[in-house]
Amino acid sequence: MTSAIQQQIVISGVGGQGVLFVTRLLAEAAMIRNLPVFTSETHGMAQRGGTVVSHLKVGDFSSPLIRRGKADGLLALKPENVAGGHGTYLKPGGWTVVNLDRPYPHVLAGPVHEVDADGLAETHGDSRAMNLILLGFALTRIGDDFFCGPDDVRAALEKRPAGKGAMRSDAPSALAAGMEAAR
Amino acid sequence: MGKTALEKDLKRDIEKELLLGNAALARGLVENGCRMAVAYPGTPSSEILSSVAALKTAEDLEMHVQWAVNEKVAFEIAYAGALSGLRTAVAMKQVGLNVASDPLMSAAYMGTKGGFIVISADDPGPHSSQTEQDSRLMAMMAKIPVLDPASPAQALEMTGPAYEMSETFRIPVMIRPTTRVCHARQDVPLGLIPRERGTVAFDKEPSRWAATPKFRFRLHGELEEKLKVIADYGPTAPVLLNDGANGSKAVLVSGVAAAHMPEILREMGLWDRLPLYQVIQPFPLHDAVMTDVLDRYEEILVVEETMGVIEMQMADRCKVRGKLTGHVDRVGELLPERIGEIVGEFAGQPPASVPMPSAPGRRPTLCAGCPHRASFFAIKKAAPKGIYTSDIGCYTLGLNLGAVDTVLCMGAAISQAAGFYHAHKAEAKRPDIVATMGDSTFFHAGVPALIDAVVQNVGFVLVILDNRTTAMTGNQPTPASGFGAVGEPLARLDIETLARGCGVGFCETADPYGLDDFIALLKRAVAHTRADGGGPAVVIARHPCLLDRRQGAAAHEVVRVAVTDDCDGCGYCVSHFECPALSLDEAEDHVRLDRALCNGCGVCVSVCPKGAIVDSG
Repeated sequence: MTSAIQQQIVISGVGGQGVLFVTRLLAEAAMIRNLPVFTSETHGMAQRGGTVVSHLKVGDFSSPLIRRGKADGLLALKPENVAGGHGTYLKPGGWTVVNLDRPYPHVLAGPVHEVDADGLAETHGDSRAMNLILLGFALTRIGDDFFCGPDDVRAALEKRPAGKGAMRSDAPSALAAGMEAAR
Repeated sequence: MGKTALEKDLKRDIEKELLLGNAALARGLVENGCRMAVAYPGTPSSEILSSVAALKTAEDLEMHVQWAVNEKVAFEIAYAGALSGLRTAVAMKQVGLNVASDPLMSAAYMGTKGGFIVISADDPGPHSSQTEQDSRLMAMMAKIPVLDPASPAQALEMTGPAYEMSETFRIPVMIRPTTRVCHARQDVPLGLIPRERGTVAFDKEPSRWAATPKFRFRLHGELEEKLKVIADYGPTAPVLLNDGANGSKAVLVSGVAAAHMPEILREMGLWDRLPLYQVIQPFPLHDAVMTDVLDRYEEILVVEETMGVIEMQMADRCKVRGKLTGHVDRVGELLPERIGEIVGEFAGQPPASVPMPSAPGRRPTLCAGCPHRASFFAIKKAAPKGIYTSDIGCYTLGLNLGAVDTVLCMGAAISQAAGFYHAHKAEAKRPDIVATMGDSTFFHAGVPALIDAVVQNVGFVLVILDNRTTAMTGNQPTPASGFGAVGEPLARLDIETLARGCGVGFCETADPYGLDDFIALLKRAVAHTRADGGGPAVVIARHPCLLDRRQGAAAHEVVRVAVTDDCDGCGYCVSHFECPALSLDEAEDHVRLDRALCNGCGVCVSVCPKGAIVDSG
């Protein structure tokens, strides 16, 4: 189907944080909304704790990659590569949602939304839930400018098969904790 | 305005699934009746075979799916399956194709009976490879046709025509995806999976399947005849993506460049002015179409990765701009930003410059608790001024610890150790030589080199980092795992028996987590290699990979590590052990432990020279 929605989001972090998980979850949410979707991922050696970036393109696109200066938003699981790094993907005025626990120098022109998702995950009782908390925060804070909402992400979580990548039982509550922090 | 093939795919109103490019390739193989799939893992190709294995399980398919010991063996198994009339496939990364190049060159001459697809995934960048070599050039050297998909959907779509071409012309057909196709995910339309079994029959034909040089000459002539016809084969002919576009200049693209280019041309307002052809089959080029393109336009830009394979086949290159003429970069990945600049200059419309990142990003490192880290620390203690040869795998990251001096290609750690030994053996102060190699790599290409080292009595220590898995590529089984691609039980090889079988006299196994004992063992191994007539010593460092879920039962006892006030911030642990869970707080002169990252291996307790890292129970 043809869709008027065209959205490009960069998701960045370091290996092991769940960048691929968040990317895939959002792509599945796009499928639930019947939107065409493309993602591009980092595999192999770079996943061993190195910088990881994935691209998510929702709508009618033919290329899996987002060009510098074209992204609508940036979801940063680590703050260290936002300024001067992955921030260069953003179009003028593009939004950033970043996980950080202390002030960090930004030089981005667009709106920046900060949340200590690692800290919230500790409180939540599972440090690995950080990625879902950050996602819940972003969905709420960006709101209508995000191609999907929390319901789509919850539905995508529920559709996951058992085994690797299966939904953790506390996933919906982690998402909700992030949403709560954005209000 | 015409729609691209990619866009048409998005319009189909049938069941779709979000598929990784590699999973789309796997789906394509299975939808087209593939009955045997064999591979050796390697980024970016690894998920092809694991996706075939997942489909075999989910759809209860009668087919043979296996990880082979290396790419050459994988190729030969799948090729013989095709000689028996089945549709088969072999998958590997580009450097794996080097290993399989011997059977590839001959299989091209001999041809096939059942459809035989060779998937070789290239890695422009390179992102996770030793070279940026172009498998399409290998196809050209072997003289087999190669198809170059632009997207996961197209990769799936290509497998049908690839099998048909292979069977029609009795020739192996290569599909060459790149990282951006393999590791893109797309909503892909699904087709039906056939249930019927193929007919198996091997027709003896010694003048073909066992051809002597005289017959090879004849087969070579046959091959040339096939290629002439394939250069005119309809289903794989170049496609004009923007029908109706008018201009005196044209662009030829292949691979993922054909996915990037439509977005770029539209945005630059060039979509209607710059006819864009996708070359689906870079070798052999469709001569008639290319002659027509050369006649029709004044200038033609060719954008392809990673070498000028299409460009160099153009009959008259006066009008052609590309890598050979310096218009397109010869090194590195053609990112869409760069393609925008290249096509802008070609069209006389240079785009505004794009901000490229200044931050270098974080370098990869061994995981917290990785047993390799303990092995490398011990090696530096036991042979402090040694030459450290290493190999391909996670443990290449021993570079960060200063415990890796060379990395050449699969299996070379042993042969290079031998070379260093022979070069230095006459010296009075010969350096100790320690080679590190993973278990999967040892099976893949290490065994022949070890036999050679035994025969030549090479004084070196080989540390086999035995984590019971092929870790870097996603924990595929090794011949020592005891199970196969779909989890089926298989024979389990014992590495120590194998090493002894190669003739190694000194061979011991230990867990590197017991750091002090492990250092003592390595010192004995080094002493063995220095003794008169000592020869090689093999130490098997056995501890399961922490990322391998299947080995969860073998998990270690968790040590509750703490950094005491005795820490004076000397930074020894951070620079010499480099665990991601340990970081130096320079303001406080104290090392911090990140509990979220710490795996509780407890090895750092033995590493701290001040005794300030303790087991706090």
